[in-house]
Amino acid sequence: MVGNSFSPSGAATEQARPVTLERGRPVTDTELLWRADWIRLRTVELIAQAGLGHYSSTFSCAEIVATLYYHTLRLRPGEPRWPDRDRFLLGKGHVATGLWPVLADLGFYPKDLLKQFGKVGSPLNDHPNMRLAPGIDFSSGSLGHNLSVGTGMALAARLSRRDYRTFVLTGDGELQEGQVWEAAMAASHYKLGNLVAIVDANGFSGSGPTSQAMNIEPLPARFAAFGWLVREIDGHDVGTLRQTLDSLPDTNSKQPVCIVARTRKGHGVEFMEKQPQAWHLGLLTPEQQADVVAEITARMKLTEDGRSAPAGEGSTK
Amino acid sequence: MTTPANTPTKKMVDVFSDIDRDTALKANPSGYAITELAAGDDRILTLTADLSNVLAEFRKAFPDRYIELGIAETNSVSLAAGLACCGYVPYIFSMAPFGVLKCAEQLRTDVDYNHLPVRLVGRLSGLAMGYFGTSHYAVEDIAIARTMANTTVVAPADPNAALSLMRATAGLAGPVYIRIAEATEQVYDEVPEFGYGEWPRLREGGDITLAGHGMGAGLAVQAARQLAAAHGIEADVFDAAYLKPYDEAALVASVRRTGKVLTIEEHSEVGGLGSIVAETVARHKLAADLAQAALPDADLEVGVPAELYEYYGLTVAGVVTRALDLVKGKAA
Repeated sequence: MVGNSFSPSGAATEQARPVTLERGRPVTDTELLWRADWIRLRTVELIAQAGLGHYSSTFSCAEIVATLYYHTLRLRPGEPRWPDRDRFLLGKGHVATGLWPVLADLGFYPKDLLKQFGKVGSPLNDHPNMRLAPGIDFSSGSLGHNLSVGTGMALAARLSRRDYRTFVLTGDGELQEGQVWEAAMAASHYKLGNLVAIVDANGFSGSGPTSQAMNIEPLPARFAAFGWLVREIDGHDVGTLRQTLDSLPDTNSKQPVCIVARTRKGHGVEFMEKQPQAWHLGLLTPEQQADVVAEITARMKLTEDGRSAPAGEGSTK
Repeated sequence: MTTPANTPTKKMVDVFSDIDRDTALKANPSGYAITELAAGDDRILTLTADLSNVLAEFRKAFPDRYIELGIAETNSVSLAAGLACCGYVPYIFSMAPFGVLKCAEQLRTDVDYNHLPVRLVGRLSGLAMGYFGTSHYAVEDIAIARTMANTTVVAPADPNAALSLMRATAGLAGPVYIRIAEATEQVYDEVPEFGYGEWPRLREGGDITLAGHGMGAGLAVQAARQLAAAHGIEADVFDAAYLKPYDEAALVASVRRTGKVLTIEEHSEVGGLGSIVAETVARHKLAADLAQAALPDADLEVGVPAELYEYYGLTVAGVVTRALDLVKGKAA
């Protein structure tokens, strides 16, 4: 069953007759937690392959990405440009590494493509490029642009009377960019209840605590003042994430939605949580990587023990 | 530094207001053209950042296809990219200095790199808003736009050319920058037809090549007439309507024949048509003398545009003088 979060969807056979992954696919909290750790594990492997990467920012939004892709988004991996798909824009483009294994797993492209990650000519890089990688709805890298782009997509849905949703995942540091607030104004002005901004509020930017560099709080009040419907949640609590996304207002509603997801930069790896800044961009030594893999896989094993484990998944290869 | 004049003798023209259909093509060619194009293509939308009055006619005809974004240019460009991803063909009408210069990164990263069919119509380019101050100048816009690999850059010589170029570029799959000069003279009696990337030859001659875009094309035509009548000099005159891609073949053939090129443009002498010609001459190893009637790479004066054009030699007399210097071997 394609809707099962643990079943590789086998893109090759589905390309002829694209299968739709519907919104609200059944998945348990345990499965989502497992999936978030799976994303962390794959991220570690991909960064090792490339030689440098953004660990802690990817880890802070692993539960968010897992919940969106294995539960919430309406997608057609066999038809990446399907006009009625829900859009997902990675405003904080530097965490694309965590998205590549997900898109491969769902069948947007062959898993072999992951072996090309970071190499010259590869469609998969540190930041996403919509022209190269199937499943990427917009390119990113320059912070602050994607809420504007997503507003355009949400407006296009209104104009074309389609009911897709547009989700934009931003970092909290990204909200220091002025263009974000231009977009926030436009989205509420045009009453785009089909637009959802999710702020991965991990509290850190590239060089330190976000609000130490430039205070961005109180985020919920700021978005509310811009006319958005705001939900503030624990971004690692997959149950709350799932419920929040399940209870989004109808796409015809009149208020854009902002989910301020409070997260920890480096979540899921103890020494990164303690030193989130040091692991914004870096490369684990082989010894460190072994420790990280052990920590994550041990937790995944525990998760699996608490339920029926998926076959063939979760191993570190 | 001397000022252009103590007492302005020329007045600012109201370039902001749209007017009735009878005179719309002349007064507001891009607004006229987009209304015509939108009637035949449902995908076309227009956007402005507080420049709605240049789209009065369009808004009347297609109120649901106009998106006002307030004074937020960068948002308008990225938002247009989002619309373009979903099958629309957005035309952003913007003051050239803000649309191109302020949004250079959004144009590059969101529009050009993603090959999206977003069109930026840059009204009030060059010194058109001269009196308002240098913040309102757009004299670097072509230099910026033409380095964007997937973007087509056009600069109509007059209202008929604007209609022609907007029709010709409407169906392109990639981005387009349409640079509208306000101080143009009529060059075409009717809407010209020419191929993508071609420079229409406006006059044929073997003594000197004159190439201009926007108001520069009109100046070139008029200067060529005077050069022939008063000096017996026959100029090969081109409307450099396309700046990317440009008509390399026509340019090279003309330069081989004349050995002298004068470019005329309401743009900085750096990075625009003058640079295109110099790069082409160097790349083809042509022996040629080059000169520019353009704006200096320096702080610019502020004033009423018509007087600024005189001050900077962007007049028929100014072009004739430059051309004579070039022919006589005096040009720098």
